[in-house]
Amino acid sequence: MSSDLFQYIIRLGDNALINGQRLAEWCGRGPFLEEDLALANTALDLIGRARMLLSYAGEVEGQGRSEDDLAYFRNEREFRNFLIMELPVGDFAFTTARQFFVDAYDYYYYRALQDATDTTLAAIAAKTLKECEYHLRHSSEWMVRLGDGTAQSQARLTRAVAELMPFTPEFFAADEIDQVMQEQGIGVDLDTVATLWNNEVDRVLREAALARPPLSFTRGGGRQGLHSEHMGFLLAEMQSLQRTYPGLQW
Amino acid sequence: MPDKRLPLWEVFIRNKRGLDHKHAGSIHAADGEQALQYARDTYTRRNEGCSIWVVKSADIIASQPQDEDSFFAPAADKIYRHPTFYEVPEDLKL
Repeated sequence: MSSDLFQYIIRLGDNALINGQRLAEWCGRGPFLEEDLALANTALDLIGRARMLLSYAGEVEGQGRSEDDLAYFRNEREFRNFLIMELPVGDFAFTTARQFFVDAYDYYYYRALQDATDTTLAAIAAKTLKECEYHLRHSSEWMVRLGDGTAQSQARLTRAVAELMPFTPEFFAADEIDQVMQEQGIGVDLDTVATLWNNEVDRVLREAALARPPLSFTRGGGRQGLHSEHMGFLLAEMQSLQRTYPGLQW
Repeated sequence: MPDKRLPLWEVFIRNKRGLDHKHAGSIHAADGEQALQYARDTYTRRNEGCSIWVVKSADIIASQPQDEDSFFAPAADKIYRHPTFYEVPEDLKL
């Protein structure tokens, strides 16, 4: 039981951590000052969420591992994030489309997780949901602005959506851990989240004057620890300081 | 060549219910919704606000430095407009 719960929390924590790490690459490189700040704010929200979840995972595991131990001293195969989180940062359209897909998922996921029988997870979800709502508002707005913008922005966003869409079915692929957690009143019903997510994606793509690309193939494996070739580089950058100077503090 | 920069907006933040909105600074944004979001991201990161107004800087009609004499100097010698000629009862003093 506690090892299923541990895995369940680790997945949520890793999604937030890896997405936050990628998004933070925009810091100082945003298209203009205001958006630079907005992207960094969102990245910080994600890292804050990862901290709460990884701390709690360490507590559930009961082996004395801290949030830092889990973030900096696990190897690639032990990370359980969706592949979409680790893909290279790409251009601004790619970042926008990724955040939109993820924000919409997080919004419905954490909204449902508020009702978890695990009170710590329910409390984390309630706090997170407020941030997700804002993130979704921001990324949806950019989807419409770019999709219904210039020929250049529309072409880039169309390409980004086509590249990212095959990574989204991994959001909803329930496995044994999801089932066990759902039976215990902790995990959320992924079919319900899928319906809500699909409706929201269709609505925003329509508003952005973009066609939803057909799915000819899908990519997944992150939740089993099978990552893309990009993950090792991301971890190397994220972990190098703590691996070189273990326990180093600001 | 057309000006491709985003328009400038002035941001006003109210930091507590019951207080006035105060000018916080300015930001660039394409429209009102984006201006509101950037105002939030730029000026309320440290818990400064509970309400935001944004207004296009171009929509503000401002007095000019050369108006200073005709606008403000005539008030300088009209001391009778200040409520300093009344006895304020002791109980009303703050």
